[in-house]
Amino acid sequence: MENIKISFDIIQHDFSKAGEASSNIKKVLKQLGIPSDTVRKAAVATYEAEMNIIIHSEGGVIELTVDVDKVKVVAKDKGPGIKDISLAMKEGYSTATSEIRELGFGAGMGLPNMKRCSDCFDIQSSESSPTIVTMIIYLKKAND
Amino acid sequence: MNLKDVQRLLEADVLTGEDTLDREIRTAFACDLMSDVLTFESDKTILLTGLVNPHTIRTAEMIDINAIVFVRGKMPDVETLELAKENGITILVTRHILFASCGILYSNGLYGANIVHK
Repeated sequence: MENIKISFDIIQHDFSKAGEASSNIKKVLKQLGIPSDTVRKAAVATYEAEMNIIIHSEGGVIELTVDVDKVKVVAKDKGPGIKDISLAMKEGYSTATSEIRELGFGAGMGLPNMKRCSDCFDIQSSESSPTIVTMIIYLKKAND
Repeated sequence: MNLKDVQRLLEADVLTGEDTLDREIRTAFACDLMSDVLTFESDKTILLTGLVNPHTIRTAEMIDINAIVFVRGKMPDVETLELAKENGITILVTRHILFASCGILYSNGLYGANIVHK
């Protein structure tokens, strides 16, 4: 399989389009014949990343790369960065406002969910800097 | 249990997917926080929620949930219903509150969905 690379711009606070990038990525992975369990993990991880960019950042981009043995999703934003990554990774910790919670988000499960869905998870961020989240899900061979 | 049974037990109206009521339902999950919804494993699962907006549909789409019950008689808007139709998601609306809806389904043999652990 040739490498496939697609990227989606994500706009700050654009709730009307929230989930479109993840929906497109899910459809692409399905069309490629990726196993449904892997598609679901990638979809959940991407959706959480997309919502985080919309809710917490100044906008950013989500890049999908698919090659012969893995699905890679990189979510990059333009800041403002995360002061304490270990606190942000804690289940239940959230800085979301009550308006965001009324939309059904802000449970403090976003980053932990991304990590749970990924075989490899990396987050790079600091205060007043962009945040870059890299998530890899390996494609299992049929006889694994 | 199938969706027709869910509809009958909850005295629910069917807003989308009238032709899908013979789909089997094995488990249920009830929640208003979408990030919590994303933590469970879908196995012919129905989602019960009071959160009536397009994000509920998107969330269901991500984990392959194909039926949602909106509780407390909350009606989704046109945008939400259109998104549900696009994704083949059946939408039911019941007047029962979330707690009562879950109780009715549980006492009729539907069990809770499993949380994914890693």
